[in-house]
Amino acid sequence: MANGDPTPPLAIELSAINKSFGGVHANKDVNLKVVSGHIHGIIGENGAGKSTLVSILYGFYAADSGLISINGQTTTVRHSADAIGWGIGMVHQHFMLVPNFTVLENVMLGHEGSLSVEAGAQKARSTLNKLSEDFGLAVDPDMIVENLPVGLQQRVEILKALFRGAEILILDEPTGVLTPQETEQLFEILRALREQGVTILLITHKLKEIMAITDDVSVMRDGEMVAHIETARTSPAELAELMVGRKVLLEVDHTLAKPGVPVLQAQNLCLTTANGIDQLTDISLTLREGEIVGIAGVSGNGQSELLDVLSGITAPTGGSFRVGISEITAQQPSDPAQLRSLGVAHVPEDRHKCGIVLPFSAAESMILGYSSGDKKNGGWWLSPSELETNCADRMQDFDIRPPLPKLASANFSGGNQQKIVLAREISTQPKLLLVGQPTRGVDIGAIEFIHKQLIALRNKGCAILLVSVELDEIMSLSDRILVMNNGQMVGELARDEADEQRLGLMMAGIGADDGVTALQMGAKS
Amino acid sequence: MADLWLQFLLTIDASLRVATPLILCAMAGIFSEKSGVIDISLEGKMLMSAFAAAAVAAMTSSALAGLMVAIGVSMLLGLLHGLASITLRGNQVISGLAINILASGLTVTIGIAMFRQGGQTPNLARAERFRPIELPLAEQLGSLPLIGPIYREVISGHNILVWVALTAVLFTAFILTRTRFGLRLRAVGEKPEALDSAGVSVARTRYLALIIAGVLCGMAGAYLSTAHGSGFVREMTAGKGYIALAAMIFGKWQPRGALLACLLFGFLEAVASRMQGVDVPLIGEAPVDLILALPYLLTVILLAGFVGKAMPPRAIGEPYVKER
Amino acid sequence: MTPPPALPRWADVGLIPLINVLAALVVSGIVVAVIGENPFEAMMVMIKGAFVYKGSLGYTLYYATNFIFTGLAVAVAFHAMLFNIGGEGQAYLGGLGAGLTCLMFDSMFPALFLVPLAIMASASFGAVWGAIPGYLQAKRGSHIVITTIMFNFLAASIMVWLLAGRLKAPGQMSPETRSFSANAELPFIHDIINAFGVEMARSPLNLSFVVALLACVGVWVLIWRSRLGYAIRATGHSTGAAEYAGIPVSTVIIITMAISGGLAGMMAINEILGVQHRTILGFTSGYGFTGIAVALMGRNHPIGIILASLLFGALYQGGAELDFEFSTITREMVLLIQGLIILFSGGLAYMFNQPLAHLLGLLLAPRSAKGGQNG
Repeated sequence: MANGDPTPPLAIELSAINKSFGGVHANKDVNLKVVSGHIHGIIGENGAGKSTLVSILYGFYAADSGLISINGQTTTVRHSADAIGWGIGMVHQHFMLVPNFTVLENVMLGHEGSLSVEAGAQKARSTLNKLSEDFGLAVDPDMIVENLPVGLQQRVEILKALFRGAEILILDEPTGVLTPQETEQLFEILRALREQGVTILLITHKLKEIMAITDDVSVMRDGEMVAHIETARTSPAELAELMVGRKVLLEVDHTLAKPGVPVLQAQNLCLTTANGIDQLTDISLTLREGEIVGIAGVSGNGQSELLDVLSGITAPTGGSFRVGISEITAQQPSDPAQLRSLGVAHVPEDRHKCGIVLPFSAAESMILGYSSGDKKNGGWWLSPSELETNCADRMQDFDIRPPLPKLASANFSGGNQQKIVLAREISTQPKLLLVGQPTRGVDIGAIEFIHKQLIALRNKGCAILLVSVELDEIMSLSDRILVMNNGQMVGELARDEADEQRLGLMMAGIGADDGVTALQMGAKS
Repeated sequence: MADLWLQFLLTIDASLRVATPLILCAMAGIFSEKSGVIDISLEGKMLMSAFAAAAVAAMTSSALAGLMVAIGVSMLLGLLHGLASITLRGNQVISGLAINILASGLTVTIGIAMFRQGGQTPNLARAERFRPIELPLAEQLGSLPLIGPIYREVISGHNILVWVALTAVLFTAFILTRTRFGLRLRAVGEKPEALDSAGVSVARTRYLALIIAGVLCGMAGAYLSTAHGSGFVREMTAGKGYIALAAMIFGKWQPRGALLACLLFGFLEAVASRMQGVDVPLIGEAPVDLILALPYLLTVILLAGFVGKAMPPRAIGEPYVKER
Repeated sequence: MTPPPALPRWADVGLIPLINVLAALVVSGIVVAVIGENPFEAMMVMIKGAFVYKGSLGYTLYYATNFIFTGLAVAVAFHAMLFNIGGEGQAYLGGLGAGLTCLMFDSMFPALFLVPLAIMASASFGAVWGAIPGYLQAKRGSHIVITTIMFNFLAASIMVWLLAGRLKAPGQMSPETRSFSANAELPFIHDIINAFGVEMARSPLNLSFVVALLACVGVWVLIWRSRLGYAIRATGHSTGAAEYAGIPVSTVIIITMAISGGLAGMMAINEILGVQHRTILGFTSGYGFTGIAVALMGRNHPIGIILASLLFGALYQGGAELDFEFSTITREMVLLIQGLIILFSGGLAYMFNQPLAHLLGLLLAPRSAKGGQNG
């Protein structure tokens, strides 16, 4: 802050906030000053403590110690109701909408205005219409929320906050589920809100967004606030360094690929849900021995579904794919066990939900997916000592700590859990490895290790399909990059053609810049 | 012909009497389960309150006092269920089951200690019970052809709790769809975090739902021992709480559907008791036990989605924990 | 997500169940005191009734036999995170299986062949009655708790219908089958012991107790040493992981429920083949529900289940003694204790955990500080 300026009025001031969960110190002496009428960004990696901080501000958790001042008044926020009373509204990362309620019912909930819903609804409807007009947030109040697209659901969340008289709006990772266009629309809305004097606190881990829209930015790392800067006076590079705490990134030692024969060939794969929603449309791709193919895309554009189909968890509803000599179609679906026997290994996106079983010992998690035994070991008996010896070997190979096969999987750190999964999947010497978000929630040291393992596996001739939301990861590991949007393949770039601008445009579903439109690319590939 | 008509009407009348505790309990179940709390403790709450109503009515000679205490006891059990499943985030099914078993043991134990009649309460005199209310002109209008008997047999002659039960259906429907509390109740069973972030306490809303459910179960119990019957008999609910649960599911957690299911199940039971020992052409003796099993069978078929689909509230059975 | 209070395993497995039982006994003691009797006296009567009087231990073990079977049934299903409260109905149908086999073959086959056949029949009938709700859960998404409740009532209706109708012995009033021939009897333990010249008081304890212990070993091997058990536990802990691993979740659910139902069905061999020697109405008398309490207390482990079964066996046998000694307290007292144990160890499970974790934390703090901790 420049000296001599009159102190601007502060909407929020947090001093020395501390919060621990069990042994995890999620917020350490955190201070924050948010100027009234500004868009203030908080940036940090996953797990840096951003969400915890705003949850404290919104009364979801009580801080262990520290002070909260709102509009200059020191106060306590014990419940969400207190926060709402202070004019704070929050748009959560996972929407807080009742799916089978109408927009109007959702907006009213908790602020019905009278004991009778009908009486309240009339007033609420007119207020809602007025808000929609004022801020350009058009939504049909009588639509059932679960039938709305995600972008509109987010609008309902914003309307909900405004309806409750919010003058301070917190948005927690609002763009994770949005397309770039929807993101741009959101930013338009936020700018409009700022015009009207609303203070906005934007939580994100995306540098681009901070640069695009915020006035001020605070950086969090490992539960601590490490910097407060005016956005205009900083650069993405500086912010990135602050976030990570050391120079990024991670040049992977990437040699030229020597692709061999095709391992996986997918032809017009389609996946339609029971409700008739198309999740995958006409996906065709070929993976060869010894190459890493990355799939870029905003999360929720079909990447997860594609991994599920290729690993046999979900059967495709149309098209086919071929692994080796086996062809899998809607009529002849496969299952994960069969695909494993064909040499397909799979590192799932969500290791807690799928990759390991948290209460199982490491030794037991180490055979997840391989528990029915191979041909020579197909009996019904499962020998604990064999499991443990096997696990101890893997632990040594992959430097998994602590090297205790009997320890419950839940008691390993994120990075070591991911190494358990990776060790298990790689040690079967697969022909094809499907990898989703290999380094999500993993510390830097483990990230390097995991990246090296993937490259080494490729060099041994394995074909790797890599899905990640981290563009950097995609660009530094992949030999080719496919881009997905709305369940379709919208384009392909060679390693040296790819840069963030091109990928960004393609991820948005807008044509690539070499004159070939995305749709044609999709049809061609 | 007239005789057959009368027989039919008497069966309908009996159906309504049998259905009354089911209706009250099913409405109770709707309140609990719409709020996201599985409630298999309807049976135990009803049993305990049946005992309490009869015991207090016997001691005070007042059916009304019995009813009040019954409601109180049932509410306390509801709070216990709430303590286990809302505050302590325990398993809701286990807690409900515990209450049912507890009620079985406690009613008999206290009953024997109080009255020394093997777990029964003393037989209640007419004055100590809820008596039938004859509607005006029931006898005169009753002689009208066809319609008259409907008034005399089906509509007139019910005790107050039957009317209360029918009113409870309207009450439940009104609360759920027209009131602020109803909106919050439906929200908390579908997406509790939405309510929480709107600044409304999830726990308080659920507790309130369980208390209302307790009141309704209390009335159902009082009906059994001080209106329909004349005193408490051990295990007198005999699974009616579970049938009410089935009816609630059969009615897809909606007051109107649950009412119809209760009437249907009540009708089946009334028919079964009239068929006792009757020879049916071709079949032989009527399979009364199998007719009585129909509610369970129908519920299983419905739950399995073979006819329509019963979708429970989304957050049911999950203790609410704020997410990190 | 706040982490669950971290209790050391020995405390979770050993101390918490004890505290739960103690809490249940204290509350029931208060009820006894309110009624106007001396709770300690009642306790003594129960202990004497369960262990001291001649033949009482045999009775206690006889009841325990039932609880081991139904407790194992609940536990096996729990490992797949399925709540089978249909043990009552599955046991009831098990009795039908055993009964039908004996009615058909008791004059044809010798005991050595008939008894195993009847055991298999009881297990299979129970298994079918468990597998149907399992199927409905796995393939149709019907909530297993509700379906198993409904199946209890359905089983009861079927049994009443059959025992009061077709299966009723001719010329007899009570709804039960005729008595089976001696070929269908599981020998009493006291007869076996007496045959070796050792004196043992008469009791209904029979060879099914040994079958129950074998079943415990079987369940242990199944759950912790077999590939199927691995699949069951993986399915129970994380459906997502099981699906990812290619474990056929639906099939595992159905198989688990069949095993669970089969174990519950085998409870019938104690009652039908061991004691009654005919199929009677209502022989399950709530033992299926007691199995839930047993599994909860026994932490779903065979050893724990044996111990919990002994406790409940003692409660049931000791409770029967209450009827003789007191005019105001009866065996229903046991139902009360059982309800309380289920409440404390199930519904209110987390009530004692946290305080105990704090307490142990205080007591054990010096030691673990010395040991140091590696992250």
